[in-house]
Amino acid sequence: MCALKIDLLFGGGAELLFDKIKKRQVELPPLNKYFSDAKKTEWTIREFIVWIKDNLLREREELFIQGDSVRPGILVLVNDSDWELCGELDYQLQNNDCIMFISTLHGG
Amino acid sequence: MPVICRTGCGKKAVLKRPKTGDALCKECFYRAFETEIHYTITKGNLFKRGDSVAIGASGGKDSTVLAYVLKLLNQQYDYGLNLMLLSIDEGITGYRDDSLETVKQNRDDYEMQLKILSYKDLYGWTMDEIVAQIGRKNNCTFCGVFRRQALDRGAAMLNVKCIATGHNADDIAETVLMNVLRGDIARLKRCTAISTGSEGTIPRVKPLKYTYEKEIVMYAHYKKLIYFSTECVFAPNAYRGHARALLKDMEKIRPSCIMDIIYSGETMAVKEEVSLPTLRNCVRCKFVSSQEICKACVLLEGLNKGLPKLGIGKSSKAKRMLAEYNSKQQTLLENGKQELDNNIAINNCSSNSKSCNSGLYSNENIELKESVGNKSKCCSGKCNNLNNKENVTSSKKINSLLKQYRINEKVLNSNHTSSNDNNEVDLLLTGQEGSCSETCGKISSLHLGF
Ligand SMILES: [Zn+2]
Repeated sequence: MCALKIDLLFGGGAELLFDKIKKRQVELPPLNKYFSDAKKTEWTIREFIVWIKDNLLREREELFIQGDSVRPGILVLVNDSDWELCGELDYQLQNNDCIMFISTLHGG
Repeated sequence: MPVICRTGCGKKAVLKRPKTGDALCKECFYRAFETEIHYTITKGNLFKRGDSVAIGASGGKDSTVLAYVLKLLNQQYDYGLNLMLLSIDEGITGYRDDSLETVKQNRDDYEMQLKILSYKDLYGWTMDEIVAQIGRKNNCTFCGVFRRQALDRGAAMLNVKCIATGHNADDIAETVLMNVLRGDIARLKRCTAISTGSEGTIPRVKPLKYTYEKEIVMYAHYKKLIYFSTECVFAPNAYRGHARALLKDMEKIRPSCIMDIIYSGETMAVKEEVSLPTLRNCVRCKFVSSQEICKACVLLEGLNKGLPKLGIGKSSKAKRMLAEYNSKQQTLLENGKQELDNNIAINNCSSNSKSCNSGLYSNENIELKESVGNKSKCCSGKCNNLNNKENVTSSKKINSLLKQYRINEKVLNSNHTSSNDNNEVDLLLTGQEGSCSETCGKISSLHLGF
C-alpha cells in the first residue's frame, strides 16, 4: 500500500500553532509502519491527530490537543464538511482527503 | 455515505448545527443562520427605520460576520438602516495595527463609512505604554474600561442611535458563568440584556446574542469572509480562561448548554435590595458615568500620577486612595524619608502579623512602577533583607524617585497599614480583569457596561 496524500489546512488562528502555515500537503505511511503496534494499515483522524502532534505541532500542545482529540472549540472539516457528520475521530482517511482545523478560540 | 440536508432540499449536508442538532446543506444553513439573526433583531426591537447604527468592528470573526449579515439583512428586509463601522485602536503593536487592516478591508467590501479612534488620541496613552507602566496583570481592566468609553465617544461623533457589537451566544454564556462565579448579581442581571444602556448612554445591541460561535466561524468559512484571528499579545485572564474551557467542554457533551445558561441568566430573579447603578455625568470629563468620576478618568489619573492600581477594584477604594494621595502628598515626604532611614538597621519585619521575606526592597525593584505595587503589598521600607550599604543607596534612590514623581512614602504607608484591604483589591482586580472583549477576543466587556 502506497502513502496516503492528505491536504492539511489550518485556519481561524489554529495556524499560529503550526509555524503560521495555513496549507500544506502531507504524506502518511501505512499506519502499521508509523505505529509499530497497529494492527491495520488505514488511518483514522484519531491517529492523524497524534501524527500531527508528533510531526507538526511546535508549541503549546494543550492549545490544540485535549485527551485523544482536538481541544473543544477547534472545528474539524473533512473535505469541507463538519466532521460531526462523518464519525469524528473514527473517520477513515482516504487518499487526497482535505482535513481542515479551524480555531474558534482566537479572538480578533 | 453522505448525510442529506434535514430540510429535504436533497443536497448534501455540510454541518451539524450545535443549537438544534440538524444537519444542513450550505444554502439551508445560510438561510437558517440569517433568519435567526433577523428574528433576534425584530423580536428585540433592536433598530428603528432610519437609524444610524455603528458596528463595533475589531476585524475579528464576530464583528466581520455581524457587518456582513447586517448589510445583507438591511437590504433583504429593508430595515432602512444607515450602517457604519467603528473601530478602536488600542495601540497594541503587532496586534491591533494588523487587525485594523482587516477592518479597512471590511469598509471597502461592505461599502460602509469607517471611524477609527485611538486610545492615544483620547487618553494620551497607548496600551503598549500602559502595559509598560502597570505590567501585564491588570491591563485588561484598563483596556476594557477605555474601550467601552471610546466606543461611546466614537458613537457620539458618528451621531448614531446605537452600537451593534459582535458578542455571540458563547460569549454571553461565558459572561453569565463568570458573574455567577463571582457573585456579581448586578452584572449578572445586565449581561444577558440584548440591548443595554439607558438615557444618556448610547445603547449597545447584540444581534448575535443567540448565535453560536461554531456557526459564526462556519458561516465565515463558507462565505469566505476575511477576518483577523490572533491572541491578544498581553496575557488574558486565567480565571476567565478556565470558565471558557469549562463551557467548551460542556458544549461538546451537550451543545444546548450555551442556550440553557443564557436562559438561566435571563430568568434569574434579582432581589430588590441589590442596588443597580444609576447614571450621571462624570465631574471630570462630563461623559456619562455611573460614578461621580468615571472609571476611565480614575484609571487615567492613576496612570498619570504613577498610581496605576488606582481604580482597579471597588470605586470606593479608588476614591479613598485618591483622597489619601492628595491630602498627604504635600506634608509627608519627609516622614517617609525619616522612616526609611530609621528602618535601615532593622533586619526583620512583619507586615500585619504576616512576616515579610519578599526581598522586594532590592535595587532593581525600585522603579516607579514597581515601587507602588510592591511596597504596598510588602511593608513600605521596613522590609530589610539586604545589607546597610545597599539600603542607603536604595533610600537615596527612592527619595529622588519619590521627589521626581511626587509620590510620598506616607501614601504607600497608608496602603500598607490597611494591607488587608490591599489584598482585597488584588482579589477584586483579578476578578475584574476580564473586561477586554473586542481586544482579547475571548474576554468580554459586557459585564462592565455603563
Ligand atoms: Zn438544504
